[in-house]
Amino acid sequence: MKLLNFRVQLAVCFFCIMCSCSASAAEWTVEQLMQALASHHSGRATFTETTYLAMLKRPVESSGELSFTAPDYLQKTTLVPKREVLNLRGDEISIERKGRKHVLRLSDYPQIAAFVDSIRGTLVGDHAVLANAYRMTLAGSENNWQLVLIPNANAANGVRQIAITGAAGSVASIEIMQTDGDHSVMRIENLQLDGSNAVEHAP
Amino acid sequence: MKNKWPLLIWVLLLIGAAIVIGKTRFTADFSAFLPAAPTPAQQLLVDQLQNGVVSRLVLMSVTGGSAEERSMVSQQLAAKLRSSEMFVATNNGEPVSQQRDQQFLFDHRYVLSPAISAEHFSVAGLQTAIGDTVDMLASPAGLAMKGWVERDPTGEVMQLLEQWNPAQAPTKYNGVWVSRDGQRAVLVAQTQASGADTDAQQAVIVAINAAFDAVQSALPEMGKNLHLQMSGPGVFAVQARESIRTQSERLASLSLILIIGFLLVVYRSLRLLLLGLLPVAAGIAVSIAAVSLRFGSVHGLTLAFGTTLIGEAVDYAIYFFVQAQGATRANWRSEFWPTIRLGVIISVCGFATLMFSGFPGLAQLGLYSMAGLITAALTARYVLPLVTPTTMATPIAQRLGNKLIILLAYRRSSWRGIVIVLAIVAGVIVVRHGDSLWNESLSALSPVPMSAQALDEQLRTDLGAPDVRYMLTLAGADKETVLRNAERATQVLQTLLDDGAIAGFDSASRYLPSNALQLSRQAALPDTDALRVRLTAALRELPLDADKLQEFIAAVAAAKKSPLLQRSDLDGTSFALAADSLLVARNGQWYALLPLQANNGAEIPAAKIRAALATVAIDDAVLIDITSETAQLYASYFREALHLSLAGLAVICCVIALSLRSVQRFIAVLVPLSVAVVVVMAAFVLLEQRLNLLHLIGLFLIVAVGSNYALFFARGELQPQTVASLLVANTTTVIGFGLLAFSTVPVLQAIGTTVGPGAVLALIFSAVWSAPATRSNFSER
Repeated sequence: MKLLNFRVQLAVCFFCIMCSCSASAAEWTVEQLMQALASHHSGRATFTETTYLAMLKRPVESSGELSFTAPDYLQKTTLVPKREVLNLRGDEISIERKGRKHVLRLSDYPQIAAFVDSIRGTLVGDHAVLANAYRMTLAGSENNWQLVLIPNANAANGVRQIAITGAAGSVASIEIMQTDGDHSVMRIENLQLDGSNAVEHAP
Repeated sequence: MKNKWPLLIWVLLLIGAAIVIGKTRFTADFSAFLPAAPTPAQQLLVDQLQNGVVSRLVLMSVTGGSAEERSMVSQQLAAKLRSSEMFVATNNGEPVSQQRDQQFLFDHRYVLSPAISAEHFSVAGLQTAIGDTVDMLASPAGLAMKGWVERDPTGEVMQLLEQWNPAQAPTKYNGVWVSRDGQRAVLVAQTQASGADTDAQQAVIVAINAAFDAVQSALPEMGKNLHLQMSGPGVFAVQARESIRTQSERLASLSLILIIGFLLVVYRSLRLLLLGLLPVAAGIAVSIAAVSLRFGSVHGLTLAFGTTLIGEAVDYAIYFFVQAQGATRANWRSEFWPTIRLGVIISVCGFATLMFSGFPGLAQLGLYSMAGLITAALTARYVLPLVTPTTMATPIAQRLGNKLIILLAYRRSSWRGIVIVLAIVAGVIVVRHGDSLWNESLSALSPVPMSAQALDEQLRTDLGAPDVRYMLTLAGADKETVLRNAERATQVLQTLLDDGAIAGFDSASRYLPSNALQLSRQAALPDTDALRVRLTAALRELPLDADKLQEFIAAVAAAKKSPLLQRSDLDGTSFALAADSLLVARNGQWYALLPLQANNGAEIPAAKIRAALATVAIDDAVLIDITSETAQLYASYFREALHLSLAGLAVICCVIALSLRSVQRFIAVLVPLSVAVVVVMAAFVLLEQRLNLLHLIGLFLIVAVGSNYALFFARGELQPQTVASLLVANTTTVIGFGLLAFSTVPVLQAIGTTVGPGAVLALIFSAVWSAPATRSNFSER
């Protein structure tokens, strides 16, 4: 009886795993991910970013808040170590630090563009922007996916690849690897999504 | 045997005039429309507008087709222009100079950066600066500088880049500038030639068009519906010259045809017609020669104005032909000439006042008209009698005169009543609209059509070229002095900028610091050993190793003893244009121009800025608000024109009073002229058109021209040939002035619409008011 019970449990478990595997293989596509990401039109979160630079003896930590609104607005407020407010709207990026505001055109700064565009594109689920600049590979399940973006061959933005993890329509981390080996990891926490048609995701 | 010497003098005069005309230069630049500025600051501004870098800009836009086609054409057009000698720089947003700009800033960072000071390179200073840089590396904004950090750990390049405000830079599509809505690709080029060199600017326009056509014809067929539009001071000058040229040619030939046709009908004699044109031809020849001798060149506008002279000068021959026939031929000189002479003197007084105008264009018109009228009148007086057969007759004019006399006699009192009513109604209208009568803006005089001004504004918005409204000008005996003044001023302005009092400013000293400042910055750099020691101390807390900063140490050592930055070091960068436009030499004096940007929707706090500048003892700084400055300038010219007109009026009244010696006849001359002026003003009010400076001059010319008629009518007994000659003469005058009303050049149009109708009214009012058909008319009053 016990043995049977165990076997049943095992079988159920195995079935479940099979199901979940086949389900993710058949259904969880880049299109679906983008739909899930795009299903909310705005959101806010906190972030902690660790930047590893070869020239520095130890990584630089920074943290702050993110907020975004589809289709193209992203605000990144760094609170630690120095307050800096970065506003990105369309092609225009403004950076406020030390009481001064600087406005740049994203198209003039491909390196910055690669960073902020991938963050913005992912957070708001802009498939077109991402597909235009990167080759996308999705791995994992709906509840634990990993999206890898590799810049198109002709992009001279210094980025080797961008790896994004998340669950359903929520992004959990963004790791950016640069061609020179420097890299940064941004962990996204306390994500609150607005929007009526937000996709429910499993705990 | 008649005395033939007047003929000889006349012929010699014409030969002389022809020689002068042969050497005359004809211009169409803007100088005629820009006032001969009274203050040095205004002079500098006018000079900048005419010859400065601002005058050399050509703004271009490519419309039509698809966005891809437009950006492709923009790239290829820019490439063609960059390879041309005609252009100093062409910018369409492609980063052609961006790399050189950054390299320049990087190479010269230790003499350019405002952060350089001894404290900046102390242990604490280095720790703060390098710490900031490290923090910045964590931010996306720091990525752009990652490659520099080991050579520029104190962030000087970032400091320099921060002075820029490319927020106003145009939007880009496919790497080239486009308008905000993306419908136009926009480019800007700076020409080698000055904006005042209209011939060179014309060549520039031709070259741009040719380049565009070549680019477009190389495109696949879809690209054929692209259009190129151009704007800018040089383009305006070329367009203005073209429109003035075509209009003066068209108006002159049209008025000549109309006047000849009209005179043929009246004279019925080809011979009389040709003789009648002698005074006109002589008048035009002598007046061109006179203007050329006095001003060194003749403006196209002056020639266009010559059409009015055709209409005026032909009058004297008309008076002679119509009045001096048959029995009256013998006593024409004693009977009619004195009145004509008085008319000539009055007209000359009128035009003479223009000569004192501060607008070179108007002064030319004055001299041109004066010389022409005097020559034409003297030709009619001394030459025509010698060459006209005594048997000449103008029967049509005779019959016309007889009919007019009858018409004038018909119900005279009711005609007069109409004049009085008209005068009262017009007077009330003018008084009630006294406030809104005059146009306050100088742009009313601009020869640039509204559509072209609108295109220019659109392109300036597209290109993010801010309106240059506020300008701080500083003077200095030499470049070094003026740069040092500019540096002191920029310190003040930076404080104001940080306080939010102003939104931005620019200065040549940013790109080219004075030698003194460069030397002091070099002196602030520590020597290599000191730097090493301080760096080790400063980096103790920071995640950066000192041995990674060898290039930084070497760069500081090199900068400390590098030769000073010269203007020629800026060549090939976009800073060259900025430095050249903001630092100018003029008449042995150097000037720095510092454009200031007001906060959005606000005016600049001029008093605050002046006070702040005074604290650093910059006394000769002039803060110019170009908008209010031009308004003031216009107001002063308006006042000047008003005073001149009033003075001219006073002179005319004196001349009339002295020669008529009769209060009654004096009033009889003045009343119809005044009524004509008031009615014309009222008409403008009713048409909701505001009067400008040139309308004012036109009103004054109504008096000058109309007095000819009033004088004849006030002479006493009216003869049919007098009335006929006046009607014929008036018709030719109205043709001459009236055609100007159809010009699209505002200056000509204003005078045409004023004097044309005014001359007709002056004749009619003189006829019904002054003409004493019988003596009893005077005793009626």
